[in-house]
Amino acid sequence: MRDELIRRARGAVAALVLAGLVVAPWVVDDYTAAILARTLALGLVGVSVALLTGVAGMPTLGQTAPYAAGAYACAVLGSQISDVGVVQVAVAAGAGAVLAALTVPLVVPARGLIVLMITLAIGELVVTVLGRWRSVTGGTDGLAGITPVRPFWGLPVLATDQARYLYTLVVVATLVGAVLLLLRTRFGLLLRAGRDDETRLRASGHRVPLHLSGAHITAGAIAGAAGSLLVVAQQYISPADFGFDTSALLLLGVVIGGTASVGGALVGAALVIAVRDWLFGVLPGHAPLVLGALFVATVYLLPTGVNRVRGPRGRLRPPAAPPSRPDAPAARDHVTVPELRA
Amino acid sequence: MTCLLSAQDVSVRYGSLAALAGVDLCVHDGQRHALIGPNGAGKTTLLNVIGGSTKPHRGTVRFNGRDVSRLGPAARARRGINRIHQRPAVFATLTATDNVVVAALPRVTRRRGWWPGGRRRAAQHRAGPLLDQMGLTDVAAVPAGHLAHGQRRQLEIAMALAGRPRLLLLDEPAAGLSATEVGRLAELLRALPREVAVLLVEHRLDLVYALSDTVTVLRDGRTLAAGAPDEIRTSPLVRQAYADGMS
Ligand SMILES: Nc1ncnc2c1ncn2[C@@H]1O[C@H](COP(=O)(O)OP(=O)(O)OP(=O)(O)O)[C@@H](O)[C@H]1O
Ligand SMILES: [Mg+2]
Repeated sequence: MRDELIRRARGAVAALVLAGLVVAPWVVDDYTAAILARTLALGLVGVSVALLTGVAGMPTLGQTAPYAAGAYACAVLGSQISDVGVVQVAVAAGAGAVLAALTVPLVVPARGLIVLMITLAIGELVVTVLGRWRSVTGGTDGLAGITPVRPFWGLPVLATDQARYLYTLVVVATLVGAVLLLLRTRFGLLLRAGRDDETRLRASGHRVPLHLSGAHITAGAIAGAAGSLLVVAQQYISPADFGFDTSALLLLGVVIGGTASVGGALVGAALVIAVRDWLFGVLPGHAPLVLGALFVATVYLLPTGVNRVRGPRGRLRPPAAPPSRPDAPAARDHVTVPELRA
Repeated sequence: MTCLLSAQDVSVRYGSLAALAGVDLCVHDGQRHALIGPNGAGKTTLLNVIGGSTKPHRGTVRFNGRDVSRLGPAARARRGINRIHQRPAVFATLTATDNVVVAALPRVTRRRGWWPGGRRRAAQHRAGPLLDQMGLTDVAAVPAGHLAHGQRRQLEIAMALAGRPRLLLLDEPAAGLSATEVGRLAELLRALPREVAVLLVEHRLDLVYALSDTVTVLRDGRTLAAGAPDEIRTSPLVRQAYADGMS
């Protein structure tokens, strides 16, 4: 009964938010529409963070890496291949997926805090490369003058902020819907099972690293697609769009939104980004301080504590003297053996 | 007769402690083999070595004619070694049904038809009767984390059976169960098809003697005795071991 009410209320809120997003471009000015479009793109990256952190149990600070790969692939390659939006989204998603696939050997075997550190390092590495590889990326100056995009073959190019916003909204809604469907499949079920108890999942015969690789690559593709939306929304990109601050805020937003909830992640990430933009306006110069505080809050707010999100790895080698025993007797509640003690 | 499972000369050390020191074990097809011994004897460690979650320092494990020593737990489960853990391990946020579905998935084959979700539906078909057998039908839709301890253990047994085991490793399945639940468990184990071999670790010796046809006694990581339940029950050596282990 209560669950039913909560579900209805949630559905109503979702419908309201969606309706608000649809009418927004006719209510707000051009500048705000552009900001909204960018925020939506970041919200989509937040969804990819939620898929990894909440559903698969791999907390990540590195989704800016495939996000950047998607954005640059779209700006550099996509615009040369075609000015059709669908093509550019596909190219960007592919680039994000490829980058994620390349980092699978680093990320998938790691657990807990180590994942955070490795993904953080990957994100920083990508930003550094973007800043150095001037001939392709324009270095820290970034890329401007990107050719405008048309959503589909035969449609006009997107010339106004309103049109670009609506395009972003449609793509984000489609991809979020796809993620929601994906989570209802066997794949989603196995990801949640692995988050709950990885050792048990292995003991049932499942190839856990395969699921995790699949989740990582899927999340990379989603973040990559979001990158192409950023290009459309801003018509300018630079390495500053993909810094550590963005990753940290996305993780924070996802945690606030409820790590395992896709809709919550979208709203949470968008909210946090909006608050940041506002805060940096009111508190100029204190940005690092605010970020530091936010990051500490993120680590503490993760529901079970970051290092417990995933249990110990399946195969323990005795000499490593693992700190936790997967099969430690919970309680010795059975020491009496009446028949033999007589 | 050859062994379905044979562990040879298995040794596991934790620092200076020898949890297992050269243990041999053979479980035949369809056998009901019990493994008993005082706390800390190494029973769980031996199950872990057989299941593949602990790598021994020395020794080999052969299953169904193949050396599986180098395989991980998942690969061994796919070959037919399924287990329940001493502390019930279930997927806390999934419903009881989904827990069994997940456990059944590696062993169901895709049904014909192009519509997606066929394997999951096939797994769901297997879950219903198993939950029923364990008396869990009423809580099928409850998240496993909300179940009582005894129900979680029953659920893990249903999960192990869902994997269509050829060898079932049970680590103290009766611990924490009510009298009714123990009765149901005994009935279930007795009714298991003969193709399934069982290696049962259990402190309740009444159950052990009622259910098993062979008993191996471990103590301090070594095999102390092995034989038919009647021999073990009357063996002075075994009584002595338990008396020491308890003090
Ligand atoms: N991961 C581990 N790290 C350190 N010591 C361990 C570990 N696992 C087991 N041990 C030790 O190895 C010995 C054998 O443990 P094991 O759990 O196999 O005993 P058991 O026969 O199952 O006992 P119980 O009846 O209490 O379940 C014990 O002394 C235990 O403390
Ligand atoms: Mg034990």
